[in-house]
Amino acid sequence: MQHEIIIAGFGGQGILSAGRLLAYAGMLENKNVSWLPSYGPEMRGGTANCHVIISDEAVGSPILNSCTSLIVMNGPSLEKFENMVVPGGIIITDKSLVPEGPQRKDVDVFEVPATQMASDMGNLTFANIILLGKLVAATGMVSVESFETALYKVLPEKYHHLIPNEMEAFRKGMEY
Amino acid sequence: MGEKLLMKGNEVIAEAAIRAGCRYYFGYPITPQTEIMHYIAKKFPSIGGTFIQAESEVAAINMVYGAAAAGARVMTSSSSPGISLKQEGLSYIAGAELPAVIVNIVRCGPGLGGILPSQGDYFQAVKGGGHGDYKMVVLAPSSIQELYELTVEAFNIADRYRIAVMIMGDGTLGQMMETVEFRDREEIEEADKSWAVTGTRMEREHNVITSIYIDPEVLEDLNNRLQAKYRIIEQREVRVETYNCDGADIIVSAFGTVARIVKNVIRMAEKEGIRVGLIRPITLWPFPTETFRKYAEVPAAFLSVELNAGQMVEDVRLAVNGKREVYFYGRTGGMIPTQKEILDKIREIYKNSR
Repeated sequence: MQHEIIIAGFGGQGILSAGRLLAYAGMLENKNVSWLPSYGPEMRGGTANCHVIISDEAVGSPILNSCTSLIVMNGPSLEKFENMVVPGGIIITDKSLVPEGPQRKDVDVFEVPATQMASDMGNLTFANIILLGKLVAATGMVSVESFETALYKVLPEKYHHLIPNEMEAFRKGMEY
Repeated sequence: MGEKLLMKGNEVIAEAAIRAGCRYYFGYPITPQTEIMHYIAKKFPSIGGTFIQAESEVAAINMVYGAAAAGARVMTSSSSPGISLKQEGLSYIAGAELPAVIVNIVRCGPGLGGILPSQGDYFQAVKGGGHGDYKMVVLAPSSIQELYELTVEAFNIADRYRIAVMIMGDGTLGQMMETVEFRDREEIEEADKSWAVTGTRMEREHNVITSIYIDPEVLEDLNNRLQAKYRIIEQREVRVETYNCDGADIIVSAFGTVARIVKNVIRMAEKEGIRVGLIRPITLWPFPTETFRKYAEVPAAFLSVELNAGQMVEDVRLAVNGKREVYFYGRTGGMIPTQKEILDKIREIYKNSR
């Protein structure tokens, strides 16, 4: 089994760290993982994306030409990556920022108002975590426990006090 | 082995250098390799290392020359345009027979080019980008774990032969994260450095490190000695991965991250009944010529896939020596061939060869 995930949006939405958390959680479950950020000129314009692979087998190319799951946090990213999702795959959008959903009929679509939910929780930076919760609920690619451990491993210690709230956001995403 | 870590390629290079005993680093920032400097600048003060952000790449490579002449394990890193600036220094390092490690996280050119992945510096690295008859050992890792192991090994090879060793990657390898497991301790080969210029304390004759030899007979002797050393390295230090080559219809040659794309393509081709092998040179110099010779008559044809306009393919052709057709597929400018593009090329070659 190989999960191929693209996460895309604006710089500052935690796109790259969301991918890193997933990859880390996969590694904790002894899966083979890779994480590849966009580092090209498109970053200067304010968009960011990353490619994550979580696999039972050795990871071949870390560069994805298609994906099984897509998370988008802005409209341009949906336009850019929608057609890279394999039939039967998953598209998760932040409905607060992407009012017009995907056109695709051959994939499972989850439109989650993550930014609004995060705002209601009083911390906008939780939006990416809410979307990851939906992704993990829809695919089971990693366990909730591994994700929580990954938060402790990846986040600097000065942010550890936020992790209980982040896990609450994660569960809200799972349940949405 | 220790704990599994998820680390960025550039940071792994820096960590591996520290583990290999490197305590001197001189460099100048350039995307996409600057994280190497960041990591070293942060770690060196607590372990007694010397880090200098030099005023230019030219200054940095000459600081490398100085530290190497004093017997230190020393490294610099840059990306293509910066590596071009270092070529004069690399030639001097070769002439003075100094051990040093140079990292090139290649970006696309020519000129200032762009910051995306490329393998356009192959010729510069393996054919000698500076002047004179010299060689560097050139290592081309394709995973983060291999990046770690080869960086440690680069320092051992440099000391073993008093030669410059280049680690050549691209932005994909430098920027991506993958699992890495560090050994509890590294095997650092103790090299004889009695040649180093460390001060005589009035107890011995002066050591002299130089690359100027006005007397032609003396200079030819140096050249002969260098060439003899290069022949030994060609015999001992070739590293290569072969995959699926026995009975292959087509053998693809690719190095670095491109080899990983090719491995995916091999699985796709297998489903269509085309058996594709891979020869992945890990040392670009010394080139695994013997491996290509061994498999020269196995496939119907060879295909070299590269992120350039056709560079390593020339060494593949020299090795195959006319026994089989050698095709080329490459992209430039930071474009990366998709699996489908490579598969299409393989299908075309397969069809034409039957």
